[in-house]
Amino acid sequence: MTTATMQPPTPFREFWGYFSQNKGALIGFFYILFIMFVVVFADLIAPHHPYEQFRQSLLLPPIWLEGGSWSHILGTDDIGRDILSRLIHGSRYSMLAGAMVVTISLFIGITLGVLAGYLRGAFETLIMRIADVMLAVPSLLLAIAVVAVLGPSLLNATLAIVVVSMPHYIRLARASTIAEMSKDYVISSRVSGASAFRIMFITVLPNCLAPLIVQATLGFSNAILDMAALGFVGLGAQAPIPEWGSMLADARQFVQSAWWVVTFPGVAILTTVLAFNLMGDGLRDALDPKLKQ
Amino acid sequence: MIAFILRRVGMIIPTFIGITLLTFSLIHMIPGDPITVMAGERGVSDVRRAELEAQFGLDKPLYQQYLTYIGNIAQGDFGKSLITKEPVLDEFITLFPATMELSLFAAIFAIAIGLPLGIIAAVRRGSVFDHSVMTISLTGYSMPIFWWGLLLIILFSVILGWTPVSGRISALYWVDTVTGFMLIDAWISDEEGAFTSAVQHLILPSIVLGTIPLAVIARMTRSSMLEVLGEDFIRTARAKGLSPIKVIMKHALRNALIPVVTVIGLQIGILLSGAILTETIFAWPGIGRWLLESIHRRDYQVVQGGILIIATMIILINLLVDVLYGVINPRIRHAS
Repeated sequence: MTTATMQPPTPFREFWGYFSQNKGALIGFFYILFIMFVVVFADLIAPHHPYEQFRQSLLLPPIWLEGGSWSHILGTDDIGRDILSRLIHGSRYSMLAGAMVVTISLFIGITLGVLAGYLRGAFETLIMRIADVMLAVPSLLLAIAVVAVLGPSLLNATLAIVVVSMPHYIRLARASTIAEMSKDYVISSRVSGASAFRIMFITVLPNCLAPLIVQATLGFSNAILDMAALGFVGLGAQAPIPEWGSMLADARQFVQSAWWVVTFPGVAILTTVLAFNLMGDGLRDALDPKLKQ
Repeated sequence: MIAFILRRVGMIIPTFIGITLLTFSLIHMIPGDPITVMAGERGVSDVRRAELEAQFGLDKPLYQQYLTYIGNIAQGDFGKSLITKEPVLDEFITLFPATMELSLFAAIFAIAIGLPLGIIAAVRRGSVFDHSVMTISLTGYSMPIFWWGLLLIILFSVILGWTPVSGRISALYWVDTVTGFMLIDAWISDEEGAFTSAVQHLILPSIVLGTIPLAVIARMTRSSMLEVLGEDFIRTARAKGLSPIKVIMKHALRNALIPVVTVIGLQIGILLSGAILTETIFAWPGIGRWLLESIHRRDYQVVQGGILIIATMIILINLLVDVLYGVINPRIRHAS
């Protein structure tokens, strides 16, 4: 006799079931995998070095236009650098900035938020007031102010974006912690003598993760956009680094003459940001139906 | 009601103090002391340095400097530009109408297009139209607007030649500043064609600045409408035999608009962030470009004062929205 085993789906399976139903989220997910591949193998994929100048072919149009050449598929910029190679290498700066911003702000944000939600009282008031102050200044303006103090560079721009994105994580972590703290399992854990640290980060935190993961995905796309914006206004990556936003800043003067220099870096930014937003939407629906808009 | 307003006003005081602490420490966090920064590359002698420190009160302890700073702000003194020597507040007041005009038209553009798109998408849920609106909205939300602006310039200004590339009005016209709003000033001036020129200059920047708010409003309207359309009172209204248009426009929309209005209020910060980029692309002489140029020129007094003024303005606008919201919705007013 065989017993039909009806096991409940594992949490991951259940999640994947919801997630994979969302076509947009899947497209986003695979696009991000593709970009990660480009980031890792940029040196092998890129046809040329991003700083190499082809002096005979300045502002060469892309391959499908008259005068295009196979050696520069997306054309060249004003000093003869291959645009495709620069875009491929540029993916590293955007993704690295995004990853750093999300990791650091998630780590500090969760720590402060969970502490605020657990301790309450004066500590909570102080932290939340600071978060309020930071949210009262428009994010790009605050980031610009931070860069103004630290000086323009890729690293400082990243730190500035960490500063502006942190309040969101703090608020979210605090709100989720407060909501969880009153539940029975936390009380029972407290009764059985668990330490404060254990309750905060081992008992409560895993149950607050869903909204934080969603926010982290969307935070990744915001970080890429903000980084590009800072690069564009000259406060992020400095020449000759092929960061997408600073490539656009250099390209501005060719709006009238060479549209391809302007167009492609923007396409790279838009598609990457879009992929993260698509995936974030899918994650939200799959992880937490309550958050579904 | 008055207790509610007082409570809300009381809540912004710590935030305001926090902002002043932030802008105050901004100057002190810059590597090198303020005098060196002000003197720039020329350098400064020790005697002159002591004089300047006394003049700016930098020889006093920090808390005293902060109190002086707060005292000055209370009297409307936000410092003087290191470059132009003009009071920061005066420069702000001169430039702000340009940003406000741009933001206002961006908001009108976003609401006028985003609201109907969201409503129709919700009513025709699952249709091709719905999917297109959602796709466009997500794309708009992911848009690097500084690039979007450049693309629109390439298409409409360079290729089609329909709109000018930059500025608020053609250099052919000289319009006296009366209100600071170019459209009004051009309208009341005697110059033939000035008004048309001002409108043409305003179109592209408004679209660029309005793109992200449009996406947010369309999404929010759609989801809010979908929620309301599932309510019992809508079914009742339909069952009574009211025309579909009447059910949607009168019964559903009114209830769906409450969260949308809140979201529109929250767009003010996004508009100001966007204004920095939009004004840079279109050489629009507003506060966004002013702040950015001040940073590049190391005019820290302007940066400090400008950020404080903008943050204060946003806090006050949020307060206003909250109070209005309490006036409309008693449930919020009476919640402790």
